[in-house]
Amino acid sequence: MYLTQFLVLSAALFCIGVYGVLARRNAVLVLMSIELILNAVNINLVAMGAFNGTVAGEVFALFVIAVAAAEVGIGLAIVLLIYRNRRSIDLHEVDLLKG
Amino acid sequence: MTSALASLFAVESGTAIYQTSGWFLENVWLVPFIPAMSFLIILFFGKKLPNGGAPIGIAMVGVAFVLSVLTAGQWISQVNYADSHKSEAAHCESLEYDASKVSHGDDHSGDDHSGDDHGDDDHGDDDHGDESGLGLYEGEQALAPVFAVEAGDGDGGAPCPVIKSYTWWSSGGHDITVGTMVDGLTVTLLVVVTLVSLLVNIYSTDYVAGDRRYTHFFAFLSLFTAAMLFYVVSESVIQMIVGWELVGVCSFTLIGHWWEDQDNSDAALKAFLTNRVGDIGLLIGMIMLFFAAGQTSSVFQINAAATAGAIPQTTLLIASLCLLAAVMSKSGQFILHTWLPDAMAGPTPVSALIHAATMVVAGIYMIARLYGVFFNGLSIGGSSINALALIGAVTCLFGAMLAFVQDDIKKVLAYSTISQLGYMALALGVGAWTAAIFHLMTHAFFKACLFLGAGSVAHSVHSFDMKKDMGGMRKFMPHTYRTFLIGSLALMGLPPLAGFWSKDEILAGTGGWGVAGGTGGNGAYTFALVMGIMAAMMTAAYMTRVIYLTFFGEFRHVPHGDDHGHAAQADAHDAHGDSHEDHAAHEDHAAHDPHESGPRIVIPLYILAFLAIVSGFLNFPKGFQLVPKGLQTRFEHFVEPRAAAEYFPSISHAAPSWTLAIAATGLVLLGAGLSWFYYFRLVPNQELAHDATPEMIVRSRTELVNGPTSKFSALKGGHTALVNKYYLDHIYDKGEPVETSGAGIMASLYGLAAGLGLGITLDNGLDLSLNTALISGVGAGVTVFAIVFAALKSGTGIASFTKRQLAEAADWSNKHLLDGVVDNVGKGAVRAADVVYKIDQGVVDGAVNAAGRASSGAGGGLRRLQTGKVQQYATYMFAAAAVLAGILIVFN
Repeated sequence: MYLTQFLVLSAALFCIGVYGVLARRNAVLVLMSIELILNAVNINLVAMGAFNGTVAGEVFALFVIAVAAAEVGIGLAIVLLIYRNRRSIDLHEVDLLKG
Repeated sequence: MTSALASLFAVESGTAIYQTSGWFLENVWLVPFIPAMSFLIILFFGKKLPNGGAPIGIAMVGVAFVLSVLTAGQWISQVNYADSHKSEAAHCESLEYDASKVSHGDDHSGDDHSGDDHGDDDHGDDDHGDESGLGLYEGEQALAPVFAVEAGDGDGGAPCPVIKSYTWWSSGGHDITVGTMVDGLTVTLLVVVTLVSLLVNIYSTDYVAGDRRYTHFFAFLSLFTAAMLFYVVSESVIQMIVGWELVGVCSFTLIGHWWEDQDNSDAALKAFLTNRVGDIGLLIGMIMLFFAAGQTSSVFQINAAATAGAIPQTTLLIASLCLLAAVMSKSGQFILHTWLPDAMAGPTPVSALIHAATMVVAGIYMIARLYGVFFNGLSIGGSSINALALIGAVTCLFGAMLAFVQDDIKKVLAYSTISQLGYMALALGVGAWTAAIFHLMTHAFFKACLFLGAGSVAHSVHSFDMKKDMGGMRKFMPHTYRTFLIGSLALMGLPPLAGFWSKDEILAGTGGWGVAGGTGGNGAYTFALVMGIMAAMMTAAYMTRVIYLTFFGEFRHVPHGDDHGHAAQADAHDAHGDSHEDHAAHEDHAAHDPHESGPRIVIPLYILAFLAIVSGFLNFPKGFQLVPKGLQTRFEHFVEPRAAAEYFPSISHAAPSWTLAIAATGLVLLGAGLSWFYYFRLVPNQELAHDATPEMIVRSRTELVNGPTSKFSALKGGHTALVNKYYLDHIYDKGEPVETSGAGIMASLYGLAAGLGLGITLDNGLDLSLNTALISGVGAGVTVFAIVFAALKSGTGIASFTKRQLAEAADWSNKHLLDGVVDNVGKGAVRAADVVYKIDQGVVDGAVNAAGRASSGAGGGLRRLQTGKVQQYATYMFAAAAVLAGILIVFN
């Protein structure tokens, strides 16, 4: 089958996502990168499901999509509040938990 | 109330036959439900309702009170019915803990009641005869029994608790149930909680009048009442946890009611966090019991299994120790009691409701509710010391000592509460179950009376500081004075007031010194008796001090404008909810003479004072010749579950002892007398300089009313330790942020745990009893605790502190006691102290400082990792995940 191709795509997406999460300073872009990571997982799930001939993978992918929607909703609300309070969404400036 | 009382005294005739069970017993869910509704109504519509929704709260809590009294009446009928039907053999619940029993959830429940919560059940149309008694398998059992029959000839049949149980949710074959369980203990708490809550609601309409969050306050009073009632009627341990936490949350919101003030919000947080420490124990303990009793969360079945010996003793021991940690935090037992005095930052009605009468007794209630577990787990029936009795005894003594050095009237009462809670724990620890619950009830009444009385005084003088702003109040507030005096006498335990009966029962229940005959089930806890009597004596002394400082002497309050005034005013925020906004108006107001509070404050005070007098008559001791036999031990008869009901251990009752009662009363009088002599005779006779300025007068008056501890150097060490509250707060936080306080608490707990482990190890090696292991564990724990303390105080460690006191004491004895020989002894002592000092400076301080520097250095190093940058944390996380993935690949 063609499983490997999907896995490679998924791994590439995942790496891009991780890079974005770790390197971008803009909170919105970090949120988008998290979406990339989640979608990499979705691709994995659907591909594995199709490979094994079950629908479980698709079902889980749907769950992940729903959860991701909720997550991004909360995430954007947080970002909005941070922006209102600090007039900036640069993650490097949000370090109130510094020891 | 009248019907309840009527049937209360018409017993043992054997003629009265009532219907089995009753509507109120089965529908007791209404009692927590109504205040919960009140909460929602006030919260959402309160601002639009007349008087900010307060009448709704009063009315609904009032309805809950009426329902509670009716429930109590029906329970009394239930007991009478069981008494009059001794011959019919029945069991509350069979005790077969085999597999088929454990899996009952699959067969019975879930088909017609799954998904029901107790709010919308539909049993109103069922046949009552069928579902009375044990409703665990509702509709399935042909005839559920309402009572079980005792083998011997005790009190007759044992009434079964009325249980209604529904499946809340199922998970993996485990049913979690929710429902109500009513027996004597439940109805006692229902009546006490609703009554005190009702009075506090009425009182509050005056006390917090004009407060900016008036509506919010009443909403949370209702929620608190509902949470406590929900907890009290719990059928399952999971439900108990929910109620327990709800009570904690309400406490948090109410302590922090005036959160604009940093102190108040800190106090609320402290109460919440300290309770979290114990909640871990609660969770672990409950989970252990859930599995140990065959995967059932039913309180009844857990108790039954523990009583029948179906659970190994070691399991019970560990579970009850975990639960004990929760009790220590919730019920203010030493060493986790420190949140309770701070919680006095809340409004006074809250203090009365939560921190005297109801919330803090949640822990005591849990022990009483799961007494089968604690009784067998801690081997209470044996005659050796157990952890519960020890903690209770230490708490009642140490709490009473702390009450001496407080200037804040509410804090005295707070420490007094701690001390009284210690009595209850002690009573449960020695097997005097009824005495504990009886004391819980009487204490709720007289302590609520005292708190509300203190609030009434503070409402008038806008301060809680007895030394600066009170004195001579009896002239201004005669009603408050009378009720406060009655409450104090009841607290001291002077006959015939309520406190006397319950306290005496606890002391007798210890069975110490063989005074009370040391009956089998109660062991012979002489140490508990000694500590209890000492605490009683001290209680009398510090309450005399409070009465003098508050109501006698001269009125010491001076109008604001000098520095004293401002200091006093900082404390006054409680008494005057709106004082944050208009200080000017406040000072204006404070310049007037104090005045008696209005009827909405005074009437609840009188009701509580009345109860503080008469509630003790509910349980005259057995063989008390002055009352007819039908009036003796009524409380015990109706409240204490009997062994035949199969969920309660078989305990025997200590015989009451005239000797002990007279001796204890004599010592109480002695304590009060000494205190009276000091404050009422010595202090007023000291002279004031004639040409004193107002400031000097204030200062000298303040000094005049200081106790002996601040006058004699030998006593000063003890005084300092008490003022610093045994340095527990220094360990817990010492002005540093949460992580240090958490570390302190955890360190001391780990110390205790390590000590426990050490004790058990010793136990295995030396073949001692498990209780001995416990004691050595506690001892070792205290040692570790002291080391942690020394490390945290690094530098000015405990050793040098003690040494200075030693030297001062030696010096004092040189000058005042004897010359000659004693002089040399004194010099020797100083020399010895010098040697100790050198060792201290060189070795002890060195080690302590090194420990301090090491932890400080480690902290400093680790601090740099905490950059606060989320992405850096994420990098650590991903790197760790990558490393783990690598390891997985390599080793696969």
